[in-house]
Amino acid sequence: MSRRPYVRPVSNTRWYLSNGRYRRYILREVTCLLVGFYCFLTIWALAVLATGSADRWNEFLASQQNAAMAALHAFALIYYLIYMTFDWFQLAPKAMPLQFGEHKVSARTIILAHYAAWAAVTAFVAWLVGVIP
Amino acid sequence: MESIHADVIIVGAGGGGLRAAIAIAQSNPDLKVALISKVYPMRSHTCGAEGGAAGVKGADDSLELHFNDTVSGGDWLCDQDVVEYFVRQAPRELVQLEHWGCPWSREDDGSVAVRPFGGMKKKRTWYAADKSGFHILHTLFQTSMQFESIKRFDEFFALDLLHRDGTCRGVVAMEMRSGLFFKFQAPAVILATGGSGQVFPFTTNGAVKTGDGMAMAYRAGVPLKDMEFVQYHPTGLPGTGILLTEGCRGEGGILVNRHGYRYLQDYGMGPETPIGEPVLKTMELGPRDRLSQAFWHEQKAGNTVETPWGDCVMLDMRHLGEKKINERLPLVRELATYYVGHDPVSDPVPVRPVVHYMMGGIDANINGETPMPGLFALGETACSGLHGANRLGSNSLTELLVAGKRSAERAAEYAQQAGSGGESPAVDALAEDIVKGVRELLLQKGDESLSGLRREMRNALEEGAGIYRDEASTSAACDTVAELKQRYAAIEVHDKSNIFNTDLQQALELRNLLDVAETVAEGSLQRRESRGAHQRLDYTERDDEEFLKHTLAFRNPEGRPRLEWLDVTITRSKPGVRDYSGDKKS
Amino acid sequence: MSKRELTLEVMRYDPEQDTEPYFQSYSVPCEQDWAILDALNYVKEEIDTTLSYRWSCHMMVCGSCGMMVNGEPSLTCKTFVRDLPDHVRIEPLANMPIERDLVVVLDDPMEKMHRARPWIIRQDDPPPPDQEYVQSRAALFKFKQYTMCVNCMCCYSACPQYALDQNFIGPAALALAHRYNLDSRDQGKSQRLDILADYDGVWECSFVGACSEVCPKSVDPAAAIQQMKVDGAIEWWKQKLPGGKS
Repeated sequence: MSRRPYVRPVSNTRWYLSNGRYRRYILREVTCLLVGFYCFLTIWALAVLATGSADRWNEFLASQQNAAMAALHAFALIYYLIYMTFDWFQLAPKAMPLQFGEHKVSARTIILAHYAAWAAVTAFVAWLVGVIP
Repeated sequence: MESIHADVIIVGAGGGGLRAAIAIAQSNPDLKVALISKVYPMRSHTCGAEGGAAGVKGADDSLELHFNDTVSGGDWLCDQDVVEYFVRQAPRELVQLEHWGCPWSREDDGSVAVRPFGGMKKKRTWYAADKSGFHILHTLFQTSMQFESIKRFDEFFALDLLHRDGTCRGVVAMEMRSGLFFKFQAPAVILATGGSGQVFPFTTNGAVKTGDGMAMAYRAGVPLKDMEFVQYHPTGLPGTGILLTEGCRGEGGILVNRHGYRYLQDYGMGPETPIGEPVLKTMELGPRDRLSQAFWHEQKAGNTVETPWGDCVMLDMRHLGEKKINERLPLVRELATYYVGHDPVSDPVPVRPVVHYMMGGIDANINGETPMPGLFALGETACSGLHGANRLGSNSLTELLVAGKRSAERAAEYAQQAGSGGESPAVDALAEDIVKGVRELLLQKGDESLSGLRREMRNALEEGAGIYRDEASTSAACDTVAELKQRYAAIEVHDKSNIFNTDLQQALELRNLLDVAETVAEGSLQRRESRGAHQRLDYTERDDEEFLKHTLAFRNPEGRPRLEWLDVTITRSKPGVRDYSGDKKS
Repeated sequence: MSKRELTLEVMRYDPEQDTEPYFQSYSVPCEQDWAILDALNYVKEEIDTTLSYRWSCHMMVCGSCGMMVNGEPSLTCKTFVRDLPDHVRIEPLANMPIERDLVVVLDDPMEKMHRARPWIIRQDDPPPPDQEYVQSRAALFKFKQYTMCVNCMCCYSACPQYALDQNFIGPAALALAHRYNLDSRDQGKSQRLDILADYDGVWECSFVGACSEVCPKSVDPAAAIQQMKVDGAIEWWKQKLPGGKS
């Protein structure tokens, strides 16, 4: 009679269904599809710009201004920018511990600093682009 | 049965075993070391030690003072040559551990910090918050990983010693996960398997502390020394017995009875010191035996607090403040909060004495040598004569380091001189017998319950070998244990699997516990005096004329153990009075 | 204290008798302050002595008693009956092969710990044998939390990367390496990063963060790994600069 260690099978495709923690993680990771989509959009826009044609550019802009696209962009804004950013900012203090003497800067402080920096950069870009005067 | 050959076998991979393995690997890298442990090394109960390890540090401290504290703390039963060697080597070993990465707590100037501890005249306890044992164990374990010459055999349960012509030749062990038996052969065997708190019902000790090494040596004819000296740590959590370190009191915690009164001053440890400003070697920083005995008296007088877990006194640390508790006693805070629902920052914590350490063990000398050539023992498994009748807190963690190194070097020397000795039919036959015994145990039928016998043994020792003993109850304990050993023949191991059979393991551990228990009971009966941790209600005084001697318990296959007596080595310090009152001279 | 009746559904497996694991149910009268480990000990002592599991210290420092409790990797001496429902499912730690009942094979995580080279590595000489390193309290504080790991392997159980790919070195081993990298007395960081800033090392981690969530000692291995990624990247760049080693 001898050992026969039993290996419990783990499904490659369904492992994340087994608990809430994993499901939330996949929701975060799935944003990569949105990232991919925006990369594609950017490349497409650049390609159109590169043709030098004002008509083609306006066509492109028009194609983004229907209800379906607006809905998609709104969804992306909420899901990716807000949920994803929120999630990543929560994790930021882990990657960058700040210590002064025997005190670690609290996670909360680091997270708030990230939001402040984000707001500043957003404001700057908005000004650059002319959304803010 | 497969044979494994080594130069030195070490049984037990706690602090002592690991230190020994490292010592050999460093001094003799071509010697093969087989390190056998019934659990993974980091599970060893060294991890449960909390307070710290003593070694002279401060400019105002001296080896002489550490020596005197230890010898008087041991009520003059210490072998003073061992104590001299120990206090001298202690600081160096603790620095070595620091070099290996031990995260000792620090003073403001970056040097290693020391804290006050019970029975010590000066602050000399090096500590790593309140997880000193844990950090020492992990430091040693991780350091040991770099040495190729140390081969580990994790989760191998050592069964019995192999010996021939009165010389130790190895050990037979069972691999837990396969149930296969192995014949480990080497000229030198070091036993570092820890103590045996599990013979008592209420102990700080983890499940592993079943006296395996002590029992193996005992069955091989080696005597166990001073087994009647069992230390009750004054502050264990009621219910679970979980340890709350002496460091709680070192940092300023106080003990009060149900009237809110610091009762220790009534037991020769007064006068009362200001709250939060402990004075070394008095009141709450008195020695452990005196503090536990004071509890017993308070309980008899009806001054203890009734809790859902029984009678307790209260350990009050509120005045330390949250910051200090979080920095110096974080584990204590967690343990008290989780297990008894009292947060020391805001509540006093109920505590009571709990079996913690065995001063007794395998008869060993300053080199770890036992009466059997080739067999060495160190740490709590051994009785080297360092602690005498009562151990001072924080001396045992240091002992692992000092004895670990010394015994290992001696064992390595011995192994090289003795050589492997070749194959021996006598040893092979003994190995077969040992294995046959286990197979018979598995086939044994009967209606005795393993846990029932274990419970009865524990209750008997609690009654007859507790904080206070007397002729009647101790004698009854001896009889009970003898009877239980008979009834052991009728326990049944229900689990018949070869694979990780913990039913069988517990049955084998019970066999070891019963062997240890009979020596504890017999020693308690025949030492008719009170000394240190061994207190008799019917012989209340220390009797240096009759009993300034060690007990040596020899196994007697016909019945109760046979006791012999051995003189204590006195070098410098003649037996005196143990004075822990605030207005003492020393 | 009044007792509470809990139903424990415990996974059993004896390779000498069973082709695969199955659940066995036990009814346990529990004291209110018990940990689930106490309930298991009750089962073993009073009901079924054949149940096998690891435990020892019962005070959250030895790391023996890690098991899945209602699907969550937990230290059973630190998981209290007062926080559990009446029905408790107990299984061996996930992602490791089952040896017997609740006992898993720990060979892989143990080997991984060793690979992290968890000892003080020096380039220069240490101080003399009677003198300790000077280490400020701030320097100690820097790595202290990573010394707290009790090697319970709950993190390996929680990590989906380890579940899917056993080549991953894993949270505890990486946190242990980081502990030494951060220790002011150590000079072995680049040696460790050579081994660990690799496919099966830190870069296998996708920051799920489950390890840190289940860690009973708040070691935060996820933080250690992300910090090592930063360290690894910096080290890689340093080696590209003139004077850096190849």
